[in-house]
Amino acid sequence: MLRFEAEQLGIRIGRVVICSHLDLCINAGENWGILGRNGAGKTTLLHTLAGLRRPDLGSVKLDGTPLTCLSRRKIARQIGVLLQDHQDAFPASVMETVLIGRHPYLGPLQWEGAADYAAAHEALRAVGLEGMETRDIATLSGGERRRLGIATLLAQDPHVLLLDEPTNHMDFHHQIHILDLLWQRSRTEEKSMLLVLHDPNLALRYCDHFLFLYGGGETLQGTAAEVLTQPNLERLYGHPLQALQGPRGTVWLPG
Amino acid sequence: MRPLALFTTLFLLSILSVIFSMASGSMPIGWHELLSAVHGDGQDLASRVVIDLRWPRTAAAFITGALLALAGGLMQVLLRNPLADPYVLGISGGAAVAALLMLLLGMGGFWLQGAAFTGALLSMLLVFGLSHGHGSWNISRLLLTGVVVAAGWGAAIGFLLALSPDQDLRGMLFWLMGDLSYATTPVGGFAILLAGLLMAVASGRSLNLLAHGELTAATLGVTIQPLRRLIYVLASLLTAAAVTSAGTIGFVGLIVPHLLRLQGVRDHRVLLPAAALLGGSLLVLADTLARTVIAPRQLPVGILTALIGVPVFLYLLYHGRERYGRNG
Repeated sequence: MLRFEAEQLGIRIGRVVICSHLDLCINAGENWGILGRNGAGKTTLLHTLAGLRRPDLGSVKLDGTPLTCLSRRKIARQIGVLLQDHQDAFPASVMETVLIGRHPYLGPLQWEGAADYAAAHEALRAVGLEGMETRDIATLSGGERRRLGIATLLAQDPHVLLLDEPTNHMDFHHQIHILDLLWQRSRTEEKSMLLVLHDPNLALRYCDHFLFLYGGGETLQGTAAEVLTQPNLERLYGHPLQALQGPRGTVWLPG
Repeated sequence: MRPLALFTTLFLLSILSVIFSMASGSMPIGWHELLSAVHGDGQDLASRVVIDLRWPRTAAAFITGALLALAGGLMQVLLRNPLADPYVLGISGGAAVAALLMLLLGMGGFWLQGAAFTGALLSMLLVFGLSHGHGSWNISRLLLTGVVVAAGWGAAIGFLLALSPDQDLRGMLFWLMGDLSYATTPVGGFAILLAGLLMAVASGRSLNLLAHGELTAATLGVTIQPLRRLIYVLASLLTAAAVTSAGTIGFVGLIVPHLLRLQGVRDHRVLLPAAALLGGSLLVLADTLARTVIAPRQLPVGILTALIGVPVFLYLLYHGRERYGRNG
């Protein structure tokens, strides 16, 4: 069982404090929602947790070992990241793009084998992009490119998924389809997720734990029942909210 | 195109271009003479022309073209910029200034080549050091530093040309536009090419990831900084070796990788070696034309690479099967 934790984590960009002395422990099978205003530092926190950025204080640990002591290759087998944007400078096909998810498992001179192709096909099928293997990624729509990013992560098959606004550019159907898929995966395979989301309703539907970034270094964490209250959310977004009772529980609308 | 078909085609093209080059020139040489030059005692006139004159020049052209195409492909993925070529970071400018100084002093041969190689390496170290500065080493800093240093070399080249007596100008212009007439069999260039190809293929999968962005590559297990340094030094050495043997031949390094990308070749493990073969063939053909179209006079080969490359590239771009990269 994999332990993923942050100890006394301090992050700052210039003079802006994102968090200080943050302790975070993500157990296998837990899904965390990271909520906060624009510019509160959600992406920076995610990058730090992924080891893409050195923490200014404290450490991020995988099974007790700080990420700074692990090779990128080892980290990539355990932690998968969906970045906010895709930056494709050169043409590539859909299949080639899913296959990059297999990189951490292949030796320097090794080529992708049948098992890697099988994983890639399975991942494309799961996100509903089967039959598009030879399409150039430049011809994909924003939502399709996003689903391709998810497929790359499925092919990578890490224990922890760090997802930065995973539903960007997706329509309602695909938002639910993709998050259902990831949620199922974390249930059945005991894998954990951290999702940066802008929609508290979507977060409430899929996350069991929450981390609020208030900006200025202040944070709040806990289970959904503990922290997802109207006063907390109103303070978080600096905006009045209205709670409605829907068939699946409370729904928040901006007031 | 499947890799096997691609490499078969490119090998055939390479062999045909070399045979065409060996057979063409002021003294026409047929199959029999070519074969006897390879197998025979090599004492007749045709054999001497082939062995002493045409072979070194053809080999130099092929290797130079391969070096440039490989360097171009590496620079493009390093800078994540489809417009990058081997000269964009000023390597060739440093070589050119040193080479022109030698030509101004009336030196040739070894001194010219040695100076060009030294100038290229100095420029590489200068750009490398300056782009590190006090902060972190990132690609936009490297690109800006390289482009500005290249502009500085450009001014120095203009200054040297303005100072030079008229009788030296022709040689200098030929060097600047790329000229293979004094090239010798480039043993050193061949060694650098082989080493470069090996490293390029070995890091090819990491380069595929780098093409999707540095952060994405890092999340998938690529250690970015050492890879970037390796690619920078490698591309610089390849470029230095190329300009040393033939001056600054333009266009090959820019378009050859794109010609292959337009054919659907994207995997750098295939793209880079294929670019080397195609670049070599293209330069051999261009050089053969450069020394035959208005014989006995010779043209700088750089003119021919552009004359062949521009229409071929535009044709393929126009008829491209798929939309060619959003940013490309």
